[in-house]
Amino acid sequence: MRRDAHVHPRLRGGLFGLAGLVLLALIWELYKALGPVDGVVIGTLTVLPRTTDLAMPHLWVMFDRLFEPVTGAASALPLWQAVSQGSLFTLGIAAVGWLVGVTVGLALALLMQRFRLAESAILPWIILSQTVPLIAIAPLVRRWGAQIQFGDFTWESWMSVALIASYLAFFPVSIGALRGLASPDANHVDLMHCYAVGWWKTLWRLRLPASVGYLLPALRLAAVSAVVGSVVAEVSIGLRGGIGRLIVEYAGAAGNDPGKPWAPIFGSILVGLVAAGFVGLIGLFLRRFRRGEASA
Amino acid sequence: MTTTTSFAVDVPAVNVHGVSRIFAARKGPGVTALDDVSLTVAPGEFVSLIGPSGCGKSTLLRLIADLDVPTSGRIEVFGKPARQARIDQDYGIAFQQAGLLPWRTVAGNIELPLELHGVGKAARRRRAAELIALVGLSDFAAHFPDQLSGGMQQRVAIARSLAESPSLLLMDEPFGALDEMTRERMQNELVRICAETQAAVVFVTHSIPEAVFLSNRVVVLEPRPGRIRSIVSVGLGAPSGRGEDLREDEGFFRSLSEVRDLLHGDEAAGASPAGARGVETR
Repeated sequence: MRRDAHVHPRLRGGLFGLAGLVLLALIWELYKALGPVDGVVIGTLTVLPRTTDLAMPHLWVMFDRLFEPVTGAASALPLWQAVSQGSLFTLGIAAVGWLVGVTVGLALALLMQRFRLAESAILPWIILSQTVPLIAIAPLVRRWGAQIQFGDFTWESWMSVALIASYLAFFPVSIGALRGLASPDANHVDLMHCYAVGWWKTLWRLRLPASVGYLLPALRLAAVSAVVGSVVAEVSIGLRGGIGRLIVEYAGAAGNDPGKPWAPIFGSILVGLVAAGFVGLIGLFLRRFRRGEASA
Repeated sequence: MTTTTSFAVDVPAVNVHGVSRIFAARKGPGVTALDDVSLTVAPGEFVSLIGPSGCGKSTLLRLIADLDVPTSGRIEVFGKPARQARIDQDYGIAFQQAGLLPWRTVAGNIELPLELHGVGKAARRRRAAELIALVGLSDFAAHFPDQLSGGMQQRVAIARSLAESPSLLLMDEPFGALDEMTRERMQNELVRICAETQAAVVFVTHSIPEAVFLSNRVVVLEPRPGRIRSIVSVGLGAPSGRGEDLREDEGFFRSLSEVRDLLHGDEAAGASPAGARGVETR
């Protein structure tokens, strides 16, 4: 018996994750202390960054900066609060994008599972859709959105951002769900045929439960994609209030306030972690459908 | 023949009439899995299908279950077309793989067909408990399939096939993946269960002793094209009287060697030395 055998595997995973973070911090500070001031240069190529306080601020400088006001103005919020607000704003948009993306992705997967023809007709387009760069579609979405108006409803910029986030999020869901829905053994499908139940009952009792193991990683990927999509789309559409805007805005301050640009970067990481954690929570509720994985 | 009851007795559980099944090939004439096969199974009768690999025994079972459609000929189950019998849930089925849903408990798996066909919760519970007791898994009702051994999983699959009290059981090598000891125990249990449920059984197997021990009749098939070579009546008495000592019985050995000779018949004639490949003769 090993001594740590009683440590819960999830707890151990968390400890390893924390250890990785500490290691990263150590490497940062070590390189900053020992590395050459002008960086490691081979020929004319800088392969490792300069170690000045401007290029690589100390970790505690980044940390301390969080609790100082955003600007010198008297009414300025502390930096952490401004970043938190931006993070929540982006998280909200990403959540909307994720929901839309998951819905569309699932619907496409169901359609493709139901009709062979739909699979051969749609699947290539789904894959092709992801080769279009985000920067290219952002202005298009914005322009088209601006023309939408009926009744009291007007298209707002944040909707464009959410739509772009969903554009990234739907892809892993549709592919993962399609594989998951096709995953039951021929045996199980035969059994459902013997029971003379239709497509919908087979879907609900067999295909959907069997797809959970494929769906959860796809949902997690979609969540992270939605966050990245939101941040990038905020920048390319020029939406104020989110973390993407803060990243661009604070980057300008790097010259005399090196700790500041790091705050929104940490914020976006946090948003990604929250999004992935939320999917992890969903997975916790669907535990019983993942028994096959545990025993495999 | 004048009363309806006497007519009902005359309706066989399974009536296979001149059935052929040809699997289309991309090139050439295709593979004839079954060629003009006719077979009748009486209500309550236990019939085994045995033969070397490729003789079409599993194909025949799938045709009876309406998992596949014959190229020609017709199949009736309790006097109805196979398709109608499937829709009416006239048979229960068990495969070589237990095929339990991993996210359902033992009880949940047995309840599955009942649930799909709209049986109420209380009735479902009661029936599942009965069947779990029948297959001797009362302590495992709340276990999940991955917590069970292969033999236990197969018992759950058999209980599931019995859930709707079918008068016909279709079994495709249900004990094929089990070790010899578990297998014999399962055979004894199956004999007991069949005696209790009075169901007719069509049983596909590779094993001669298994076929002889379980069956009223053993159907010996030959491959390429799949045809019935002969049908052996085992005549070991009613299933209820069969016990472990039957395996030592003289009649058991006589039938055993009869089936074995039939399976190896073409070998003796020198027609096809590989004819009996895939049949266990132990």
